[in-house]
Amino acid sequence: MFNLVEKRRWFFTVSAVLILLSLGTLVLTQVRFGMPLRLAVDFTGGSLFVLHFDGPATETGIQAVFAANGLPETIIQRLGRPEDNTWQVRTREVTPEQVRAIFSDLAAQVAPVNRDLSTYESVSPIVGGEVTRAAGIAISVAAIIIVGFIWWSFRRVPHSVRYGVSAIAAMFHDLIIVIGFYALMGILQGWEVDALFLTAVLTVTSFSVQDTIVIFDRIRENIPRYREESFERVANRSILETIHRSLATQLNAIFVMIAIILFGGDTIRPFITAMLVGMLVGTYSSFGIAIPLVVVWEQAASRRAKKATA
Amino acid sequence: MERRDRILLIVIALLAILAVYVDLDIAHPAWLENLLAWQPEGARKIAIRYGLDLRGGLKVSLVADVPEGQEVDRVSMETARQIVENRVNGLGLAETIVQIQGGRRIIVELPGIEDPELAIEVIRGTALLEFVDAGYVPLMKGTVVTTTLGGPRRFGSPAGETPATPEPTPTLPLGPATVVTETTPATPTVPSNVYETILTGADLDQVGLDRDDLGYFIPFRLKVEAAEKFAQYTASHVGQYLCIVLDKEVISCPQIQEAIPGGNGRITLGNATYQEARGLAIQLQYGALPVPLRVETTTTVGPTLGEISVEKSVRAGIIGLSIVLLFMLVYYRVLGGAADLALLLYAALNLALYKLVPVTLTLPGIAGFLLSAGMAVDANILVFERMKEELRAGRSLRAAMEAGFSRAWTSIRDSQVSILIACAVLYLFGTNFGASMVKGFALTLAIGTLINLFTAIVVTRTFLRTLLRLVGNWLQSRRWLLSV
Repeated sequence: MFNLVEKRRWFFTVSAVLILLSLGTLVLTQVRFGMPLRLAVDFTGGSLFVLHFDGPATETGIQAVFAANGLPETIIQRLGRPEDNTWQVRTREVTPEQVRAIFSDLAAQVAPVNRDLSTYESVSPIVGGEVTRAAGIAISVAAIIIVGFIWWSFRRVPHSVRYGVSAIAAMFHDLIIVIGFYALMGILQGWEVDALFLTAVLTVTSFSVQDTIVIFDRIRENIPRYREESFERVANRSILETIHRSLATQLNAIFVMIAIILFGGDTIRPFITAMLVGMLVGTYSSFGIAIPLVVVWEQAASRRAKKATA
Repeated sequence: MERRDRILLIVIALLAILAVYVDLDIAHPAWLENLLAWQPEGARKIAIRYGLDLRGGLKVSLVADVPEGQEVDRVSMETARQIVENRVNGLGLAETIVQIQGGRRIIVELPGIEDPELAIEVIRGTALLEFVDAGYVPLMKGTVVTTTLGGPRRFGSPAGETPATPEPTPTLPLGPATVVTETTPATPTVPSNVYETILTGADLDQVGLDRDDLGYFIPFRLKVEAAEKFAQYTASHVGQYLCIVLDKEVISCPQIQEAIPGGNGRITLGNATYQEARGLAIQLQYGALPVPLRVETTTTVGPTLGEISVEKSVRAGIIGLSIVLLFMLVYYRVLGGAADLALLLYAALNLALYKLVPVTLTLPGIAGFLLSAGMAVDANILVFERMKEELRAGRSLRAAMEAGFSRAWTSIRDSQVSILIACAVLYLFGTNFGASMVKGFALTLAIGTLINLFTAIVVTRTFLRTLLRLVGNWLQSRRWLLSV
């Protein structure tokens, strides 16, 4: 039987590296943008323009127009390929008068903006604050439900705390890596953490916990069935028995997500990508982190128990 | 058992036909659309509703600009909504939405607008009240004028709305002690020059509403500095006309009888009804709106961008679903074929429901639907894997299938319930105004999950039972067709 649990040192190393890289990206973002994650206007308030020009534009040209209209602080980024002539501009909240002036100045000084292909969004800081509060509530509620769900699933299992803590550790592992990945894309592609990112994270977290619990369930079923086997072997057996199901179902969701990422609109791409990464990491952490953690804990406990009797 | 399956098959077939009929992009008969009693009367139709991000347009939220914690009463909000709606209607757009959200927000959605900035100005424009110097010639009620303040009017009620028949102009006895004089101009003046603005609504301190034998009047008091200016002005312009202008439209033009010190005055309204009088009093007090409104968020999406998004989503959806269908067929053979049929029915039912409920589709909403379709086969996979285990353990085809469905049920229930819980949390988060995009995703994902319980369990099982009855023995000896 192929032993996945035996490879746990590898998994732990890979995960440790990924987590360190993620934290590193957060630090880098903090240095470059003044906050560990680039929060979208959803949360901070402000305005975000996606401008499609009818001709080549330059960052300095766009910067100058916004500055001349009372918006000296802008974050300007090119979107897509150079020939797309599409730029993203982030400023503080603008008034309709400013928007009007900016569009006519851009047409005069940079290149005409194709309004049919452009968007802008403006959110007052108050609404941003409300969304942030709501996000906090959503996260807390989700956390309580998830922990409650784990507790309920393992209420009759011996050493249920070990399972619960390991599942939660795996969940944090997933969260840190997804957030780190998104921060990296924030530096590379200008992706910002918006309400949809939060949605992606909450959705995949629930999948990943679910996935972990499926394997735990199998372990519970298998322990009385294979009494002569070590816990490690039972755990490994349970992973292999369920991995088929996990991979097959995740695979279908992954097909759909990749199709959306490749062929769907640009607006939705960061959202779906975050979800895809979350799902991949979540599937991996179920067998790579959660189960090995339980095994390590179990072994440490039985060693201690042996020492105590000896 | 057989009888029940046959009935189920018929029900499934009927549902499929119905769903496909609803899905078809044809003109459905009006009587059928009228059956959708839960949709608002007059707007009942079988059609996909696209959100603003898919059709392009403007979405603005206005919030009552009152101090935090101060209550805004429902009547004022409703009046404000009505006024905003009237202004929006002046833009001549179709399918606009103006609705109150929460206690103090008004959401305006204008699909396909060409000039979003103009629209925002129209929406939030507080009616501007001015007292203008008309000289010795009174202006008729309804005349649109240009004043020294802010140039010609750009918005408000549609221009050129001058009443066809001249109404008697109400009078403005300035100050309690002034003499009332009827001022009905014999010849309506066509305004050709720019009138000087003496005071504006900002100079008003207090406005009331009262009535006497002559009808309703609006007593007002000016702020201290304005009162002084007003006193000087009236003293030097006795006998001339002072017009009250709202949004550059004359509403009355009384004659100055004598100097008015103290800053108290009244606007008499003659034969105005209570509603009209109250409306004007409100307008004077608050600008045109009963509560001041502030633009809080704006989102504009170029219409072409919306079209492109729809196109891309449809393409991504077809490609994604095709891969899922193909995968199931290749990996699970005959079983996969049954799951594929169920998945197609699943897609048709979802679309039909979106049209009937109706569910407004947004980009995240479409993503939620596609994702739910990708996960819809999850339940089937659970069943099929169990089934294969049972087959390997030497059970008969029929027994393996039944065992697969009944044993996989707890896992299916658990995973569906956890998705639904996630959807509930997300939906609640999405009801928060600034995160409304999330709602569409949570809604389509939840609807998909519920429909899936039906298609993945009932439909697939009925298909498989029928199949086994028809060609079960034949399949028994060709187990590779079941991927075992």
